[in-house]
Amino acid sequence: MSVLIPHSITDASEMLAQNPTATILNGGTDLMVEVNFNHRRPESVVLLRNIPELREWSSDSSKGTITIGAGLPYAHIEKGEIATLVPALAQAARTVGSPQIRAAGTIGGNLGTCSPAGDTLPVLSALEALVHLQSVDGSRTVPIAEFMVGPKRNSRQANEVITAVTLPITGQRQGYSKVGVRNAMVISVASACFAVVKGEPRFAMGSVGPTILRANEAESYLASHAADINNVTDEVAKEFGRIAASESRPIDDHRSTAAYRQHAIGVLATRLAQRGI
Amino acid sequence: MSAVKTRRDVLGTSSLRPDGNAKVKGDFAFTSDLHAENMLWGATLRSPHPHARIISIDTSAAWKIGGVECVITSEDVPGQLTYGLISSDQPVFARDVVRYMGEPVAAVAADHPETCRRALAAIKVEYEVLPVLSNAEDAIGDAFIPIHPDGNLIRQQRIVHGDTSVEGDVIVEGHYVIGMQDQAFLGTESAMALPDPDGQGVQVFVATQWLHEDQKQMAACLNLPAEKIRLVLGGVGGAFGAREDISLQVHTALLALRTSRPVKMQYGREESFFGHVHRHPATVWMRHHATKEGKIVKIEARFVFDGGAYASTSAAVLINGVTHTQGPYKCPAAVVDGYAVRTNNPPCGAMRGFGVVQACFAHEGQMDKLAAAVGTDPVSIRLLNAMETGDTLITGQPVESVAPVARLIRETNEIPLPAELPSDANELDLPGGSGITAERQHIKRGIGWGVSIKNIMYSEGFDDYSTAKCTLSDGKVTLKFATSEVGQGFVTLAPQIARSVLGVTDAVCDTIDTQIGSAGSTSASRQTWMSGGAVDGACRLVRERLFEHVGAKNNIDPIRFAIEDDEIVDTAGTFRMSVIEASQGLTISETFEHHHRKTEELDDNGQGNCHVAFAFVAHRAVVDVDPELGLVKVVQVATAQDVGQVLNPLSLLGQIEGGIAQGLGLAVMEEIIVQDGRVRNPSFTDYLLPTALDAPVVVARMIEEYEPQAPLGAKGVGEPPCISVTPAIVAAIRDAIGKDIPRCPVRPQDICL
Ligand SMILES: Cc1cc2nc3c(=O)[nH]c(=O)nc-3n(C[C@H](O)[C@H](O)[C@H](O)COP(=O)(O)OP(=O)(O)OC[C@H]3O[C@@H](n4cnc5c(N)ncnc54)[C@H](O)[C@@H]3O)c2cc1C
Repeated sequence: MSVLIPHSITDASEMLAQNPTATILNGGTDLMVEVNFNHRRPESVVLLRNIPELREWSSDSSKGTITIGAGLPYAHIEKGEIATLVPALAQAARTVGSPQIRAAGTIGGNLGTCSPAGDTLPVLSALEALVHLQSVDGSRTVPIAEFMVGPKRNSRQANEVITAVTLPITGQRQGYSKVGVRNAMVISVASACFAVVKGEPRFAMGSVGPTILRANEAESYLASHAADINNVTDEVAKEFGRIAASESRPIDDHRSTAAYRQHAIGVLATRLAQRGI
Repeated sequence: MSAVKTRRDVLGTSSLRPDGNAKVKGDFAFTSDLHAENMLWGATLRSPHPHARIISIDTSAAWKIGGVECVITSEDVPGQLTYGLISSDQPVFARDVVRYMGEPVAAVAADHPETCRRALAAIKVEYEVLPVLSNAEDAIGDAFIPIHPDGNLIRQQRIVHGDTSVEGDVIVEGHYVIGMQDQAFLGTESAMALPDPDGQGVQVFVATQWLHEDQKQMAACLNLPAEKIRLVLGGVGGAFGAREDISLQVHTALLALRTSRPVKMQYGREESFFGHVHRHPATVWMRHHATKEGKIVKIEARFVFDGGAYASTSAAVLINGVTHTQGPYKCPAAVVDGYAVRTNNPPCGAMRGFGVVQACFAHEGQMDKLAAAVGTDPVSIRLLNAMETGDTLITGQPVESVAPVARLIRETNEIPLPAELPSDANELDLPGGSGITAERQHIKRGIGWGVSIKNIMYSEGFDDYSTAKCTLSDGKVTLKFATSEVGQGFVTLAPQIARSVLGVTDAVCDTIDTQIGSAGSTSASRQTWMSGGAVDGACRLVRERLFEHVGAKNNIDPIRFAIEDDEIVDTAGTFRMSVIEASQGLTISETFEHHHRKTEELDDNGQGNCHVAFAFVAHRAVVDVDPELGLVKVVQVATAQDVGQVLNPLSLLGQIEGGIAQGLGLAVMEEIIVQDGRVRNPSFTDYLLPTALDAPVVVARMIEEYEPQAPLGAKGVGEPPCISVTPAIVAAIRDAIGKDIPRCPVRPQDICL
């Protein structure tokens, strides 16, 4: 197995073009597990860790956006300035694994794996993030909803590097919650992100469908029934939860039951609709 | 005692582990770290089916792979084809039938783990899949054809005691379910075998709980005299019962003998879940009869332990379960039926608490039901029924051990409750933890109790003696024993004993191997008592000889000597001499075997003095619950444990805190999920162990009432901490939400749906 170590995104794109079967490695917290279990046996690997551009982030106050490099580890997202600009993302980042995993794992890897249990994905979905990709053919930007196409499937081309994500700085309420059967370091059984974007409620759900689901009906219900989005009544919050739960499509597996997941997503929706009020 | 305690590292002090620093720094060599020149790697091919007939095994393609040195199947086993701790019913390699998912079918030795993996993939096994016996109830009676020549019932035991016609004024009944827990030691199974140059013997470094039992079983399967198999304890990364049974021992030794090269085997985490026995899942029905005041007059019970495909220690686990039906309470009459059965589920055997965990979960649930039925509280009902020394168990056996049950309950009750959750509680302190699922107003607090009795040492007539040798030379003591150090701290305790008995400072442990008599197993909370007794005995014999020597030289009757700090003193005169000086140029060596008193088998009515001794503990759990999401945070566990004597406070606290974490795991998260004989979660991603955020504050009181039967006055302390904490936590959850939950682990849906 060969390991290629590019130092710029351009280098990386070229290496990927020359090695069409190469696998991208960033923090390795998903990939190396797969390799250890013999689920994947990469012939060659392109290591992104030494590309400084991928580990940068910046905010654009005129556009009201923040752009986070795909290679920035969670440890830098869960606290500090990013946490004040996109608190829901920081909360999601804090729930990922253990300190060791958060020191290595990245949003790029979360998007690359695209698991319905990926913790940053409901946040990206609720905030309608843009995913930036680059290859020798050029760069393109894909809305998150078009990026995530199914269970562990995304619309990245084999020769593309995920370079960054752009999110709105909303300045409004947002929060992330994750239910697992342990108080830390656990794969989610149900997770959810609630955010108010330009006065409109957004609600995205993880681990309750083949990919991240947006609760469109629940969102419109809340938009039309909450007189003040920052003062949602108990009754409206409950109904919001009920509708969101009905929009989830969970399954039974060894981690939980469909019935529990559906129930939990409803509870999270209700609580998040009122959190921080 | 107080004068003695001023000396360093003697009994009663928190002497530190000799391997502690190395372990913390990552320098300690676990068995998996061992390496030998010219070493091959071994790997095991396992059955993908829970039940299937083997039509054919074709290893020819594997042999052809470059780097593959050996492929073995059941055809290659030179001796007995099966092994087992109680009955030899488990094949070294499956021959005609596989009876559980993960059963070994073949093994290979090759130059690299990756070559091994390819070789395993190249072995062609043709199976005819058979119906799976997965429900333990179906294994009783004729509902299912026998899946093993020994039949589907491993053992049945009845207990009939006292006036069974008695009926209570108050009757409470419950059905309880206990899930399959894994020992989840961090160091997976590992061994390295070095063949003798003449091919007639083998040295094996292995992580095990009982070197001599491994040696015996290996000798039978390898068809070698026991002394030709020299076992050395490799560094052990935890055990908890999972290293009592043979796993890779025979495979590794056989591959080494076949290839005439050193062979190392080591399981990965997933394989480890298939490579060792687990805690028996069980269903327990109990009906308690009591007076209007709540005094127990009779207990009826039925236990079904799912032993999985092979017997392992199921028969003994069953006996522990049924004989502990009453818990630490007086009970004049009982009718108990217990079954340990064979299924196509993973084999189950020893795990910390050994059958008593299952009984305790049920009897403690019953005590709370009884309290509710007679209108009293969990503490009063337990005090009302608390067992005392001299009481008779439902087996007819008198409790001769110190039994301070009421005191344990009172002392636990005196421990202050934790503060209320503040209104601005940090989310990490709430159920749901880092997932931020709740706010303060969503949380309800509950309190629950659990009290237990646990037999220590082996039972039913078994003489599980231990052997130790003490050598004093120039003021330095070397201790030799075959006691497995699995993390419990015997390598700390043994030198402490030597320092106290002989007045030396310099005391070290020799290599732990089979070059001395058996120490029995590091299990059943028995090594401090048994091997501690053996070391104490050997040191005392050496002391006698030292006194004789000094007496002869100085013309003093040795009977007048005593050890005071590091000196020999004449208790009737003025003579004093340091032990170092007295033993200059001298080597005294003595070996001692410690046996406990004899026990008896149970008769058909479950009557007999089958246990050696008992230890007791009380737990009170305070738990915060999010009733709507079904999430739990254990806030505090208060405990008072009957320990006899504290020999090393730090070690003891380690056992208490660790046991509580393990019991907490069984209460709220740890379960091997098996469907139709298939394990669904063989990884630490999905088999969840408590993290630091799940572990509660532990407030412990060590209750010292000297146990006269025990060599050092100390009872075993390893198992009790994990036994009654599980029902205490589940009771606290029930208390918080006002709902009966009959199973553990408690899953979120059990709370909120
Ligand atoms: C113990 C443990 C706990 C975990 N807990 C959680 C958890 O709680 N929540 C959670 O969401 N995840 C969890 N994970 C999974 C993992 O940590 C995350 O998915 C993480 O975001 C992966 O990032 P990485 O950089 O390590 O990815 P890698 O493993 O390096 O890569 C993952 C995949 O993405 C691809 N990839 C990575 N970077 C790029 C890129 N820039 N462009 C294109 N493709 C790319 C890789 O080719 C690979 O297919 C856990 C993992 C472990 C081992």
